[in-house]
Amino acid sequence: MKVLGFDTSSIVATAAVVDDEKLVCECIINNKKNHSEKLLPLISEMLKNAEVALEELNGIAVAQGPGSFTGLRIGAATAKGLAYALGIPLLGVPTLDGLAYNVKHFRGLICPILNARRNQVYTALYEGGLDSGFRRITDYMAVNIGKILDRIQSTGKRVIFLGDGLDVYRQHIAAQLKDKGVFASQAFNMPSAASVAMLGLEKLRKGLEQSAFEFTPLYVRRSQAEIQYEKRKRERSN
Amino acid sequence: MTESCVVLAIETSCDETSAAVVENGRYVLSNIIASQVDLHKKFGGVVPEIASRKHLEMVIPVIHEALEASGAALSNIDVLAVTKGPGLVGALLVGVSAVKAIAFARKLPLIGVNHIEGHIYANFLEHRELNPPFVCLIVSGGHTQLVYMKDHGCYEIMGQTRDDAAGEAFDKAARALNLGYPGGPVIDKLAREGDPNKIEFPRAYLEEGSLDFSFSGVKTALLNYINSKKQKNQEIVVEDVAAGYQEAIVDVLVDKTFQAVKYKKVNVLTLAGGVAANSRLRQKLVERGEEEGVKILYPGIHLCTDNAAMIASAAFYRYKKGDIADLTLNAHARLSL
Repeated sequence: MKVLGFDTSSIVATAAVVDDEKLVCECIINNKKNHSEKLLPLISEMLKNAEVALEELNGIAVAQGPGSFTGLRIGAATAKGLAYALGIPLLGVPTLDGLAYNVKHFRGLICPILNARRNQVYTALYEGGLDSGFRRITDYMAVNIGKILDRIQSTGKRVIFLGDGLDVYRQHIAAQLKDKGVFASQAFNMPSAASVAMLGLEKLRKGLEQSAFEFTPLYVRRSQAEIQYEKRKRERSN
Repeated sequence: MTESCVVLAIETSCDETSAAVVENGRYVLSNIIASQVDLHKKFGGVVPEIASRKHLEMVIPVIHEALEASGAALSNIDVLAVTKGPGLVGALLVGVSAVKAIAFARKLPLIGVNHIEGHIYANFLEHRELNPPFVCLIVSGGHTQLVYMKDHGCYEIMGQTRDDAAGEAFDKAARALNLGYPGGPVIDKLAREGDPNKIEFPRAYLEEGSLDFSFSGVKTALLNYINSKKQKNQEIVVEDVAAGYQEAIVDVLVDKTFQAVKYKKVNVLTLAGGVAANSRLRQKLVERGEEEGVKILYPGIHLCTDNAAMIASAAFYRYKKGDIADLTLNAHARLSL
């Protein structure tokens, strides 16, 4: 089986094809963002160079979120269009799962962090280095960095960090966790469509497919307008 | 026309997710519109993030329904089209991304359509004998423009609003009068019960000969009127206010439109956009058209508001000219004709 995967949830645009035996091809661009203009040309070129025909694909995997709202929608709408037009399943892969997969052999905790702005990060905790690979042990959340670091510290375990949240919080993490905290190499620090496609392929094998009709991103956060509306409503009722 | 050309188009520029199948630019086989208006009501206007999320949820179901209703399968489609702007960029991106992916997967030609151009083409669906040249008045929540359409794909903008769009002026008035959102239909309805001459609102004609519009003054006058009535503890007769306010806007639209018709010496005037559904505007244009020997054409109400059939019609003529987009096609918040 062959799965095309992609991730446009951050500044990185990445696409890959995997099959049952191997990673067939991957492309990662970590420089300047214009996913709407670049994603499909990038996929088209990659498939051409790898000599993979669209008709060979058995599923479309996409980073489901959290991440940049617009980036997630460009990825999701593209995935929906492809899955619908090719008549194949859509496979949503949580962005944080994809990142954790990059370093799943780490013995200890894995903590991907994405910059969520407004003094928050999108994060979740995973146990790595298991026989089965890795396992998520918390919800996906949008929290202040201090909150997740306190939680990690209370376990006393070693933890590997990765993701674009490090651009902002690397010093902060190092200062609080000292030698318990390590950082992934730059080669694994960003979303990789190979990881997204591999996790998509696992879902496909397990029959956990979604359809282009009902797939929806994991935004984790509501829109700012809704948050403010609820706040005003609460203030009025007090 | 010897051969049939079937276009599937998608429109997601504001708060309607729409997909349509149109044959040869003139025959609507299906036109599905999923409106989000109820989602945005409590916020008093369209919230871009909420609109974008809803578009993403609806885009495939709406496309599928449009195909089913048309009796065509995706394999019967010859050309794919999508609105590329102007509009809410996050909303546009949903349609653009999905349609590009379908075009890529099915190896179909892709056409990016300007939303305003789409509104003009709604007239070609309603009036199958219509051909350029003509003058078109485009009035909606986001746009107010007088356009001379010389030929397919060939436009001259003769005038446009310098501040608020006409539809925006209705929305803002409705908000000030606590009539909810959107404002156009409710003002139209109330105005029918009111006297347009009871309250005099200002009409902004701008410099001599200008075909531009300005609706911020009439809006300010309305806010001042409401405030002064409230301060004096006097009753506001909403029907009369609505009628007077609407009359001020409609008078300027009608006068400038007929000036444009005169400059271009055409005998056909078309109307487009959501505010083209306004009954007073239609009535006054038709009356004036009868006096001056100008034929007034407008689309049915379901084709005035945002819909994908009009996008498909415009795309057909773009396709015939060979104006085909590649996979780098992007969405643009601002885009002129």
